[in-house]
Amino acid sequence: MPISEILFWVLSITAVVCAMLVIASKNAVHSALFLIVTFFAVAGHYFLLNAHFLAAVHIIVYAGAIMVLFLYAVMMLNLRKDEESGKKPLFKIAAAISAGSLLLVLTVALKRSESNQMLGTDTQIGTVESLGQSLFNEFLLPFEISALLFLSAMVGAVLLSKKQI
Amino acid sequence: MTILIFKVILVLAVFSITMLIAMYSTWAERKLSAVMQDRVGPNRAGPMGLLQPLADGIKMFTKEELTPELSNRFLFIIGPGIAMLTALITGAVIPWGGDVSIGGESFPLQITDINIGVLYLFGVVSIGVYGIMIGGWASNNKYSLLGALRASSQMISYEIAMGLSIIAMVMMTGTLSLREIVAQQDAGFANVLYQPLAFLIFHDLRLRRNEPCAFRPAGMRDGTHRRLPHGVFFDETGPVPVCGVHQHVHLVGHLGQLLLGRVQFPVPARAGLSPNALATVQTVVFFLKVFGFIFLFMWVRWTIPRFRYDQLMNLGWKVLLPLSLLNIFVTGVVMYLTGKLN
Repeated sequence: MPISEILFWVLSITAVVCAMLVIASKNAVHSALFLIVTFFAVAGHYFLLNAHFLAAVHIIVYAGAIMVLFLYAVMMLNLRKDEESGKKPLFKIAAAISAGSLLLVLTVALKRSESNQMLGTDTQIGTVESLGQSLFNEFLLPFEISALLFLSAMVGAVLLSKKQI
Repeated sequence: MTILIFKVILVLAVFSITMLIAMYSTWAERKLSAVMQDRVGPNRAGPMGLLQPLADGIKMFTKEELTPELSNRFLFIIGPGIAMLTALITGAVIPWGGDVSIGGESFPLQITDINIGVLYLFGVVSIGVYGIMIGGWASNNKYSLLGALRASSQMISYEIAMGLSIIAMVMMTGTLSLREIVAQQDAGFANVLYQPLAFLIFHDLRLRRNEPCAFRPAGMRDGTHRRLPHGVFFDETGPVPVCGVHQHVHLVGHLGQLLLGRVQFPVPARAGLSPNALATVQTVVFFLKVFGFIFLFMWVRWTIPRFRYDQLMNLGWKVLLPLSLLNIFVTGVVMYLTGKLN
């Protein structure tokens, strides 16, 4: 077995197991920590696909910034186990049905897709250079629009946090 | 095969040198603070107290390991471990010197040259926050948790301005590979000449960012081993927390390399040296620079009183962040006007 295949299996198993533990663990802080491990495993997959930039940014942004803020919130809230009251049975049934239908849709979509076809054998597709080239040539307009979107979100967040303007 | 052996030796060398520097930076810190406060400092173990780190190490290894009741044991141990791990794995992309030739073969004095070296460093630095957060939370102690939250929120808010100050430099070099950035500076001038503002912002941030880590372990502040109640690793015992903290200082010392170049060596002198001699000189200069920055850290830390938390936050978000944005803008305009932008 080539080393990339071994890495693929290790990363996949880590990602799936940790993702399950995110919802299975009782302690909210443990959930958050398992989610971080999941992010790392996914970033490892990006590396295997030669998407270096995506992998690095995935770690910097998701694991390094967003999850830190999540952890703050969870640690500050100081959730206790006994506060977790049991949900009503109706909620449980509704949740099971919606999650089950999502699983069904995803499974069918993945089964129908031609998964054996690779998008391209270009190994340079995920490097910083090619990503920058396509972002600033082909996709300049969507890029700028999303930048505006982020700016407006930022302004909105500042506005919400201020009592007086 | 030979390249593999060389890399393994290099990894071991980098690891042991880093650990040695971390060890003696504790000694240097205590001596320096002693000089500044008109004290003697460590002077019992060995001449000038030079064996003090060794004595401390033995003491810490043989000390009873304490784990607070009701704490999460696994996370409690792994917290400082993460802090140390992140500090150590940065060494993988640092170009320590030029190429050395052994038996006719040329090897670069760098463990690996990945083309996203700068991003790798920032990724590792951003993960370092978890060491503090997990360590603070896992001990199940309110003071540790508060200290951890304060230190880590400070670290992540400073990360943004730090990254932005580096972006201006990356705009100029046009590469994220550390090796190329260093090579460009060796061929021309140090980036600090082009980017003085980025340099100042970056180093100011490094200083402040490291401040919360600086006093964390068993009271380095007053030169004794009294534990400070505001420390994150308040309940931690053993050598790992202390090393982790000093490692972190060391790690960020490396990052200065990005802006300072490796060695601004007079060009005629360089031509006369064999590759191995040149690599030696470069490595020595590199470490002298790291020591210089570590000294600068300690100097500032023991001279200027600590900023209050809100002052730090104001400085980071309201002064340094806009300044680094301005720096990016000015860099872009100047590059456009001088025709370096194509």
